[in-house]
Amino acid sequence: MMADTHSDQNHPYHMVAPSPWPVLGAGAALVLAGGAIVFMHDGGPWIMLAGVAALLYVMFRWWADVIREAEDGHSHNPIVRIGLRYGMALFIVSEVMFFFGFFWAFFGASLFPAGGVWPPQGVEVLEPFDWPLLNTFILLASGATLTWAHHGLIEDDRRDLVQGLAATITLGITFTAIQAYEYSHAAFGFTEGIYPTTFYMATGFHGFHVIIGTIFLTVCLVRAVKGHFKPDHHVGFEAAAWYWHFVDVVWLFLFFSIYWWGS
Amino acid sequence: MSTATEQATPPNGADHKPRGMGRWLFSTNHKDIGTMYLIFAVVFGLVGALFSVLVRMEMAAPGIQVMNWLFFLGEPNQVFNVLITGHGLIMVFFMVMPALIGGFGNWFVPLMIGAPDMAFPRMNNISFWLLIPSALLLVGSIFVDGGPGVGWTVYAPLSTVGAPGAAVDMAILSLHLAGASSILGAINFITTIFNMRAPGMTLHKMPLYVWSVLVTAFLILLAMPVLAGAITMLLTDRNFGTAFFDAAGGGDPVLYQHLFWFFGHPEVYILILPGFGIISQVVSTFSRKPIFGYLGMAYAMVAIGFVGFIVWAHHMYASGLDVDTRAYFVAGTLVIAVPTGIKIFSWIATMWGGSIRFATPMIFAMGMIFLFTLGGVTGVVIANAGIDIAVHDTYYIVGHFHYTMSMGALFGIFTGFYYWIPKMTGRPYSELLGKIHFWLLFVGVNLTFFPMHFLGLAGMPRRIPDYPDAFAGWNMVSTLGSYISVLGTAVFLVLIYKMFRSKERVGANPWGEGATTLEWTVPSPAPFHTHQTPPRS
Repeated sequence: MMADTHSDQNHPYHMVAPSPWPVLGAGAALVLAGGAIVFMHDGGPWIMLAGVAALLYVMFRWWADVIREAEDGHSHNPIVRIGLRYGMALFIVSEVMFFFGFFWAFFGASLFPAGGVWPPQGVEVLEPFDWPLLNTFILLASGATLTWAHHGLIEDDRRDLVQGLAATITLGITFTAIQAYEYSHAAFGFTEGIYPTTFYMATGFHGFHVIIGTIFLTVCLVRAVKGHFKPDHHVGFEAAAWYWHFVDVVWLFLFFSIYWWGS
Repeated sequence: MSTATEQATPPNGADHKPRGMGRWLFSTNHKDIGTMYLIFAVVFGLVGALFSVLVRMEMAAPGIQVMNWLFFLGEPNQVFNVLITGHGLIMVFFMVMPALIGGFGNWFVPLMIGAPDMAFPRMNNISFWLLIPSALLLVGSIFVDGGPGVGWTVYAPLSTVGAPGAAVDMAILSLHLAGASSILGAINFITTIFNMRAPGMTLHKMPLYVWSVLVTAFLILLAMPVLAGAITMLLTDRNFGTAFFDAAGGGDPVLYQHLFWFFGHPEVYILILPGFGIISQVVSTFSRKPIFGYLGMAYAMVAIGFVGFIVWAHHMYASGLDVDTRAYFVAGTLVIAVPTGIKIFSWIATMWGGSIRFATPMIFAMGMIFLFTLGGVTGVVIANAGIDIAVHDTYYIVGHFHYTMSMGALFGIFTGFYYWIPKMTGRPYSELLGKIHFWLLFVGVNLTFFPMHFLGLAGMPRRIPDYPDAFAGWNMVSTLGSYISVLGTAVFLVLIYKMFRSKERVGANPWGEGATTLEWTVPSPAPFHTHQTPPRS
């Protein structure tokens, strides 16, 4: 008989305590979905926005718990960290397949265009070697600054880590700002046929992912300033970096296929 | 020891069974979450069955009858469309997947690989709880704007310009949530299986059920996001003026079919592969022999999963694909018969010369092997594009896929239920009632679905509530069959009730020497926490 159950545990895995966030997250998802239906059928956006706010709150609290566990010194041991990396890698795989669907739509429309030509007649496309090329360089540069941060982290040089992360985030925000500028100056509207459909939905979902990645990196920056990461223990940073590189690669595909080849 | 530890107060709450509703709402325990999935699956299995029986009652005779009783839901033909849509979506997303993957997977993958829980227990819980809003949206949609009468495939343009009401948006968002739930579940299963196996449990020693869940999880991970993309496009076409599937805007409705079936074909293997895994465990246990051709069995599932991604357009032979494309998809589809045949023959070879015990799980497994083979054989028929042109969208197809699903997947679920329920509850079920359940269901489903092949070959179209008098005879037989299945289901519910009333208890391994996997080494019912010390091989 062992009174202390911790001594029962002879395995390295993390037995997570009961948590209210999953069920509350599901509730927030219901409010969000219900609100989206109201919004799409000529109601106001307020229920949907409440759902978004609730979901963001749940995510914040849930991941705050995860960060607390990461810093408690025993929950995220090396075996558990392998599992966390598997989880992030698999999540990115699922994201790749989501974009796969939108690229399918783009190539279906552009390789076999309904009107015989792509871009469709009358569509004045964006010049790829203007802002989009600059954005390509910005994202590539952000990948480099992120690697600089990672090297700083591995060599326990916190100044390099913080500066590298800050540079990456700045580049990410610059990218998003340029995309917003491009959208507002494009000669084609969102609802004007298949070209803007595939263009805005594919680049729009990418832009959304850039924003998520920027937030993820910002969380890492805050954690870096707080002294969270260690040279041999920084799964959160790694996950953010993988995610950022994934977003980068998606952009390269978008740039070469939709902006360049598709113009 | 387990009673003593259960009463102590834990330092962090993780080590003990929490009390009250919090145990379920905030659960981080794979067995509790598995139990919630199983209850969910039983409830929605009954709802889905109700829908199908209403459809069969309508189809019992020519003309419109039952749909007139449901006038409060809307116009009779639309009500019929809503019922078949609801039946399909509920059975796929709220019955088979929650039972086979969420339920049995959660319960038995950690037990079988010697892991103390799933890799991400909190994420496991949101996988389950996302199904509740998903189900609320789908069931709620039935009562809004005439309901989602677009079929489970939600084909554009019927689902875009053809059904502008909020019902279809609700169904789409329901699918989004169910998809998110299963993607998170898939990530959890893959990570658990790759990272949490007990020492000595190499991939090539894993029980075949674990292999089946691993392959299934990869199919979910790769297929479900494509569905998410496709239905997101539906949503923006419907509400925000995009033109993905709108020919007038340069889009293409056939694109939706491609995206849907790129998900949809792997999806049917998602539904059947865990059943294959369960059948392998049960056939081996009750033949008291190791499975024949273990590695071949494991890699046959991998092959089925791989080939499942490159055959999707065999659902679209009537969509105007050119002849070369159809020729490729015929050839690819026929290839699936090879790994499937490996599985069927290896199950038979496992039984061959075995000391077979015909307990309820075993007869369900044998029923599944026989009936799934029938569905597989008709699948080889309709894999041929030329033949499919004749039987496309007829009852032949309905007969075919119900032999694989209603008899393959459902019999797989019942096989797993009878095999594992003593482990989950610590109680024996009534063998007599179990066998009555089997025979009623076996006769019922065959009577329901075998005549559909005749009807389809005679040209009866699916998804239409009325038909010429010439089809009346076999339709009546089919409807009578569904009543027998209802009777079988009633016996099943009585069996569950009696089991929970029973004072009898079973030991750790009620199945004897044939049951060699790790779940039979822990007590019955399995304690709240198991494998706190990893088992050693």
